[in-house]
Amino acid sequence: MNIVKTSIGRRSFIKRSTMASGGVILTFNWLVSCDMTPSKIKALPKEWFKINGFLKIAENGLITIMSPNPEIGQNVKTSMPMIVAEELDANWEDVIVEQAPLNTSIFKRQVAGGSQSIRQGWESLRMAGAAARYMLVEAAALTWGVNQNEISVSNGKIFHKSSGNESGFGPIASIASEIKIPKQVKLKKVSEFKIIGTSKKNVDGKKIVTGKPLYGIDYKSENMLIAMIVHPPAFGMKFKSMEATEIKKMPGIKDIFPIKTVSEDYVKQGVDTDSFNEIAVIVGESTWQVMQAKKKLKVNWMMSAEKTEKVKGWSGDIKTFLIPAGLESSEQHNQLMISMDHKKARVVRQDGNPRAVFKRAAKIIERTYTCPYLAHNTLEPMNFFADVTDDRAILVGPIQTPESMEKTVANRLNLPLEKIDIQMTRMGGGFGRRLYGHFVTEAAVISKKMKRPIKLIYTREDDMTQGSYRPTYRATYRAALDKNNNLIAFHVKAGGIPESPLAANRFPAGAIEHYLAESWEIKSNISTGAFRAPRSNFIAGAEQAFLDEIAEISEKDPIQFRIDLLKKAKESPVGQNNDYDPSRYAGVLELVREKSGWENSSDGVHRGVSAYFCHNSYVANVLDVVLENGNPIIDKVYCAVDCGIVVNPDAAKNLSEGGLIDGIGHALYSSMTFKNGKPEQNNFDTYRLIRHSEAPRKIQVDFVENDIAPTGLGEPTFPPIVGALANSLYRATGRRTYNQPFITDKPIIG
Amino acid sequence: MAKFKLKVNSKSLEVDVDPTTPVLWVIRDHLNLLGTKFGCGIAQCGACTIHMNGAAVRSCVLPVSSVGDSELTTIEGLSENADHPVQKAWLEHDVPQCGYCQAGQIMSATALLKANNNPSDEEIDSYMNGNICRCGTYTRIKAAIKTASKNKI
Repeated sequence: MNIVKTSIGRRSFIKRSTMASGGVILTFNWLVSCDMTPSKIKALPKEWFKINGFLKIAENGLITIMSPNPEIGQNVKTSMPMIVAEELDANWEDVIVEQAPLNTSIFKRQVAGGSQSIRQGWESLRMAGAAARYMLVEAAALTWGVNQNEISVSNGKIFHKSSGNESGFGPIASIASEIKIPKQVKLKKVSEFKIIGTSKKNVDGKKIVTGKPLYGIDYKSENMLIAMIVHPPAFGMKFKSMEATEIKKMPGIKDIFPIKTVSEDYVKQGVDTDSFNEIAVIVGESTWQVMQAKKKLKVNWMMSAEKTEKVKGWSGDIKTFLIPAGLESSEQHNQLMISMDHKKARVVRQDGNPRAVFKRAAKIIERTYTCPYLAHNTLEPMNFFADVTDDRAILVGPIQTPESMEKTVANRLNLPLEKIDIQMTRMGGGFGRRLYGHFVTEAAVISKKMKRPIKLIYTREDDMTQGSYRPTYRATYRAALDKNNNLIAFHVKAGGIPESPLAANRFPAGAIEHYLAESWEIKSNISTGAFRAPRSNFIAGAEQAFLDEIAEISEKDPIQFRIDLLKKAKESPVGQNNDYDPSRYAGVLELVREKSGWENSSDGVHRGVSAYFCHNSYVANVLDVVLENGNPIIDKVYCAVDCGIVVNPDAAKNLSEGGLIDGIGHALYSSMTFKNGKPEQNNFDTYRLIRHSEAPRKIQVDFVENDIAPTGLGEPTFPPIVGALANSLYRATGRRTYNQPFITDKPIIG
Repeated sequence: MAKFKLKVNSKSLEVDVDPTTPVLWVIRDHLNLLGTKFGCGIAQCGACTIHMNGAAVRSCVLPVSSVGDSELTTIEGLSENADHPVQKAWLEHDVPQCGYCQAGQIMSATALLKANNNPSDEEIDSYMNGNICRCGTYTRIKAAIKTASKNKI
């Protein structure tokens, strides 16, 4: 066992001096009304005993474990409590899961983002379970008058062998809750895990398939009104005026007014940057009535001037951003990005003397890759409930960054932080879109103005044309080969609007003696944001397609070619700060080679490979395309993942499958374009998402087995599959694709 | 505004709404059945799928005035306790990720299996193509439909 000091999470274990009964203190009042009782336990408990901030135990043995982080479909609501239950030695059948309230003094990082929930929660979740287990053992030792070292715990039962004493958790929970919290706890060895590493069903599964109200859009309260917004039709425009007198007379309409989401001098946080600041609002009794008024409302817009925005970054530094004026178009973007090919860019990494080596190369391969803007399109459109009075605000809904938004809302409403109560609902998708909570502030401002509880709902069109898009990127790769086709120098120059997709110290940096990476950016007033595996979601596909071409031209096997480069990075790494472990990188390639039977592929199956490291996890793919009536069909995807210990294997497979399908779908079909500042796609009739018939027929996900602390899985399977797809399409069709979406394979010109 | 008598999940219910109101908003706002989801409002994503006389329809574009005596079934009407064979198959395969589209997926799958209790892969693809899953659970949905079809609903 490992002994871990509990000091890091000390505040998490501060007990209340009085017993919390009936779950009052920890209750998430709305969701708890849903049936959460495990089917095997018939009777509802009479009393709950709070053991620490993460869990409470009832007199009948039921255990409530708080799931700290927002649930966006990554299944943390099941996997995080599993980690607590493991160290507690609970019987999973006895566990009820509740969404925790927002309280970062107990739960630390309550964010859904960066694939970090499990990685960063790992230690505190284990300590919470282990500390509770210690207290139960102490309580049993006191009760039985025996030495605690002679007591064992297994599967929800406490035993003392020599006296024959045995108890469930329930009968001693009240004594356990009075035990002093340990200063140190013993954590299990990986080999002792009984719950972690076994597949547990989604704790919300039954509620999802029976249509229970779980999502923000389902939230209702007494006296609640519905609010919708009208935002400018184009980026580069802003609110001027509106004529609402007649529309206000429409049935059910309560009021129509403009609001400002943030005050002019506000220093924004990194997570509330992306919104039109002044919007028109319609409030009414029912959704359809408000939708009807919204269609008829005539708002006058005007051009925005160039402006600067102050934004406070994650590290607290304040950056100033220039937001240009003007109505931008995709065609103009494309020309601007092409013009960067011949302009100087920032050198972000240089090893050796790449310029000189390129000059003496026997062969130079140069290829350019592009991708368009993408909209997140969470299937649940943006929405939030707000009930704001003069002295407090209650906000309920889907948000990936509740703690940050609490600060923003407090600032905007001029209320103390402790008067803002943000409650987390299950989210109908996140993908990064709900990191940016302008809709939370909008809901709060609307409720304050109306002096009523309101639920703000975006239509699909509002949602898709609001911004926060995945940026558009362009990357040019060059490889220098000597006369024996050895790769002797590598150059990547990449940029985008408004950011570069490059990560300077990622593979193949570190594996090539002469290496140059350059970045450029172009400013824009089209708002962008993190989209599942930001930057990696483009650059991985480009890089992995380029490596495939080098391997082909060098007449090397594409898997062995990558493994050889990684061997070089391991044995004699080039340069500093290489941010990957070459052995684990090669490990996933070796696993996917074995699982896919790479050496013995069958006739008519066209295979492409790729591998990538991002968000602390390693993924390699083999994608098989078959031709049916001349059409390429994705027959099977093999996916090898190294994310350390896998907490909930079947759910991890599900999430990996989702990342693969998401990556394939966006690379093949999706694109957001602009004309005169206006998004040219605004709903699923014009914006194409992957559908049933286009998904791979089979997906096989295999995990590298190791004892490394777990890392993220929400994002890492998305980026590399784009490369495997491009490479297999080439083998099937004889034609390489360089521009996403592959279905059109041309730079987006709108 | 006008009064409509609706048969929803085998119950007779009366609402007083604008006749153009889509059934989606009648059931969500007025009947408080929140399992049926709003996704696009133009019958492109399938999140709002319900049954009208047993056939799958997109409730976001179905005006309440056009329903008449038809029997409407929502996800809440499929079973009280997740014991409909399609729901059971969904749980067996642990299909949902975010879960938002799944009520619509289940309603489409149930209508498909009612019409064809042993669909081929191609028939599943073709029938289910109107239901988007943004999380990418398509392969699990197909597996769940096949499991449910073996149970011969």
